[in-house]
Amino acid sequence: MEKVIELKDVWVRYGNQTILEAISLELKEPNGLLGIIGPNGGGKTTFLKVLLGLLKPYRGGVKIFGKTPEKSRELVGYVPQYKGFDFDFPISVWEVVLTGRMSHTGLLRKYREEDKKAAEEALKTVEMFQYRDRQIGQLSGGQRQRVFIARALATNPKLLLLDEPNAGLDPHMQDELYRLLDRLKQKMAIIMVTHDLSAVSVYVDKIACLNRTLHYHDSREIPIEDLEATYQCPVELIAHGIPHRVLSNHEGNS
Amino acid sequence: MFELLQYNFIQNALAAAILASIACGIIGVYVVVKKIVFISGGIAHASFGGIGLGYYLGINPMFGVLPFSLVSALVMGTVSKKSKIPEDSAIGILWSLGMALGIIFVYLTPGYAPDLMTYLFGNILTVPRSDLYFMLALDIVIVGAVYLFYKEFLALCFDEEFTTVQGLPTEKLYLLLLCIIALTIVVLIKVVGIILVIALLTIPASLSRKFTHNLKQMMLISITFGTVISVTGIGLSYALDVPSGATIILILSLVYGLAAFGMEILENRRISEN
Repeated sequence: MEKVIELKDVWVRYGNQTILEAISLELKEPNGLLGIIGPNGGGKTTFLKVLLGLLKPYRGGVKIFGKTPEKSRELVGYVPQYKGFDFDFPISVWEVVLTGRMSHTGLLRKYREEDKKAAEEALKTVEMFQYRDRQIGQLSGGQRQRVFIARALATNPKLLLLDEPNAGLDPHMQDELYRLLDRLKQKMAIIMVTHDLSAVSVYVDKIACLNRTLHYHDSREIPIEDLEATYQCPVELIAHGIPHRVLSNHEGNS
Repeated sequence: MFELLQYNFIQNALAAAILASIACGIIGVYVVVKKIVFISGGIAHASFGGIGLGYYLGINPMFGVLPFSLVSALVMGTVSKKSKIPEDSAIGILWSLGMALGIIFVYLTPGYAPDLMTYLFGNILTVPRSDLYFMLALDIVIVGAVYLFYKEFLALCFDEEFTTVQGLPTEKLYLLLLCIIALTIVVLIKVVGIILVIALLTIPASLSRKFTHNLKQMMLISITFGTVISVTGIGLSYALDVPSGATIILILSLVYGLAAFGMEILENRRISEN
């Protein structure tokens, strides 16, 4: 079967600053949630932009479902991070979600019946269909995040990429978001990046650490050394109410 | 007042006001929601080079300004996105470069440049019929382009990065939008002049934004505001014998100020009532 993503020795630079260094990562299972944690400025967004083909690595190869990122766009859904975004923009929920169909509709064509169906289904999946006529600014932060997820789902992706989807959400809304992702990951592969360690506690299947370099062990546990190397400071995790340990038990660490 | 309508120049002025309001009503909405006021101002001012070129070549300056503004739009769009210097600096440089070229061209033109002030400050009462046909043709191109690319422009303005991820050629679409803005500027020059064009691209659209959250409705409201206010401005400038372009913009600013102030009061009242 085709690999979901395959990165081989990927390097990214901005000017003379190296943002990503020698990243290799393979994701084979067509479903499940990979959480990538790392500090701010550690290259998480850059990593997603490489997967989306928005940034070209100066070294290394990227394959999404065996194709270049540019050629796999119909298969990838993207939920960007919205900092300083103009929520006063005159656009309705329905219009926002339809833009997730453009990779299927193409240039200069009106949205077809199947595009509208896909948009409707995506809005129903995130339980926002009744808000379809609202202007985007008239929603709460959590509702807006769900609309952006619906826009990504309208693409009918096999791979869903989320950039800090929990930012700015209160704990209750975050919990709702994770339960939604938990449902979605049955049908597609999901990669979520976040700087929030507690976010990746319960619902992730695999976890990786990213701070210029990537530590990934194809499991849901990370050795504390990796975590500390990523955050470059001692990390203490309080496993409060978390049903499983993020950190494995370590020798000499009992 | 109605006997005024028998005059040819008044009829032409009204037609020009309507044609200009259609163009600026539609395109101003994109300028405002995509927050590209500064680059639009840059294209408008740089177009002065085209006016100068028209004088220098001895052709109708309107025909000089059309290609010149399109080239300005393409150069500004490309340089501001691609070069390493900050976007606003790049725009500032090209803005003044275009104007400087215009001044040199006008200086090199033998004899005297008639109507130069008309192009800088506009005079809707002197629009000849030939310019009206020219404006009409540009309006048809503008409306047609927006009809064809409505879904693409909406996506581009709302979220350029996501639109790129959807596989659309966003850089080309952005340049196309800038070219349509350039055409709009050419339509507006006769009405308010290069210096004041940016007012027509921002005020009616900003005003319409206060009344709706729908892009198409914004365009319609903006066209209506533009038409009513510019016709009022023409009447007033004729009656008071003051420049028409500046009069139109004073009324626009006044109405915008009143609307913004009035809505603020309503909003505060609503909040304190709750």
